Amino acid sequence: MLYFDKVSKEYENGTKVIDDISLTIHPGELVSIVGHSGAGKTTLIKLLLAEEHPTSGKVHFHSEDIHKLRGKDMTNYRRKVGVVFQDFRLIPNKTAYENVAFAMEAAGKHDDDIREDVPHVLDLVDLKDKMHHFPHQLSGGEQQRVAIARAIINRPEIIIADEPTGNLDPLNTYDIVQILKKINDLGTTVILTTHNKGIVDNLGRRVITMEDGRVTRDQKSGKFTM
Amino acid sequence: MRTTLARRIVTAGLRGFYRNRTVSLSSIFILTITLSIMTAFFIFHAIFNYTLEQVTEKVDVRIYFTTDATDSEINDVKARIVGLPEVKSVTLTTRDQALADFRDKHAGDQLTLQALDELGTNPFGASLSVVAKDTSQYQAIADQLSGDSGLLGGSQGSVDKINYYQLKDSIDKLNNIIGWTNTVGFWISLVFVLMSCMIVYNTIRLAIFVYRDEIAVMKLVGASNMFIRGPFIVEATLYALVATLITLIFYWPATIWVTKKTVFFFEGLNLHSYYVSHIFQLGGILLLSGIILSVISSLLAVRKYLNI
Repeated sequence: MLYFDKVSKEYENGTKVIDDISLTIHPGELVSIVGHSGAGKTTLIKLLLAEEHPTSGKVHFHSEDIHKLRGKDMTNYRRKVGVVFQDFRLIPNKTAYENVAFAMEAAGKHDDDIREDVPHVLDLVDLKDKMHHFPHQLSGGEQQRVAIARAIINRPEIIIADEPTGNLDPLNTYDIVQILKKINDLGTTVILTTHNKGIVDNLGRRVITMEDGRVTRDQKSGKFTM
Repeated sequence: MRTTLARRIVTAGLRGFYRNRTVSLSSIFILTITLSIMTAFFIFHAIFNYTLEQVTEKVDVRIYFTTDATDSEINDVKARIVGLPEVKSVTLTTRDQALADFRDKHAGDQLTLQALDELGTNPFGASLSVVAKDTSQYQAIADQLSGDSGLLGGSQGSVDKINYYQLKDSIDKLNNIIGWTNTVGFWISLVFVLMSCMIVYNTIRLAIFVYRDEIAVMKLVGASNMFIRGPFIVEATLYALVATLITLIFYWPATIWVTKKTVFFFEGLNLHSYYVSHIFQLGGILLLSGIILSVISSLLAVRKYLNI
């Protein structure tokens, strides 16, 4: 499904943040990418979202080189990938409902579907009562749940969660991980980057360990070890 | 599908306009100042044109006839001059009118009037006042009236004198002033308009800078460029609409006040009436300029953040 083919990323100042990575992610997997700060996890995610372009190598989604996609094709690719950030990145002047609905509107979904699906998904993340709240009226955990709702609303093939629990307390961390696990159980591929040993150990799923831009370990059912 | 997209864009624009009130107000404020400057130029232009018209109307080429010129000779000359393409109007002052005008002018001057009475006859000849369509055309008219072209034909002998050559210096000076004022006015307007455009562009650019992260997120959740740009275009159009209305409302009492203050200075020009009679034309110009200015500024500002 996702294939990194000898991907390297080097910045203009000569810093190599990704060094010759090749790996495959299969449909339905829940993959945790772990590593110290600066190991290259976020850059790998940015390459997946085509926010950054590799210096060499290719990233394939199915058979397409995602860095060659332009215009409408890129927009369509991004609609197949749901993304959750550490800092939530909700649109501040839109309510929780509008933030989630925005992704559906952008995808050209019908009004009736939006009216039906958005409350349902917000209910899934336990936020139905607060759907008309603005992000600043929600706690960090609640904002992250809105971000997850937005990421899954268009039924993407992959969910990419970049340190989704980095700004959350243990209770909210547990909730978010349970939601991501549920999403994966329903068949969506989940890629999760984290520093949190507890999360990785409890998941008991595939773990990719990164160090200095390289993949140093790739375990099918791994633990957080560095 | 397109209707749905348009409706969503308009709704998002209206919501953004209302919810980001601080940004909207600051953009409207700057745009209002720009449109006010444009309106001021519009009004100055009217005053300038009016003053110029007043001055140019006072300028004419006068053809004086001899006292024994017959009515048919005078009418013949008048008919020939009226046919000239450069001529705006020709007014005949008969001998009797000239005498009456002289008497009115010297009504308090008994000595002059007595001298006139003692003459026993009317010493004034009839005259034609020729007004050109443009002050620069007096030379051409005067040239055609001079003997060589033969415009006056057989009536040449009945013409006593043509005063153009006495006025030539003044007319040339006036033409110079008109040319100079038009050139300077154009450049000053251009500089002011460009400065205003830069200020509006930078204000809107700063306003959109605040949204750069949001724009990035919109891109990452799969929004098309049009879907992201659309609401900004709607907001920019609303800025222009509100700024135009504020400017038009502001100038309503302002022109009343200026008219009161300048009624003696610009005799015959009622600025407020002029403003009211041109309000739709002015409103259209302001709205169109405001929309073009703010929408282009928005598009340029947003474009920078769409490249991800």
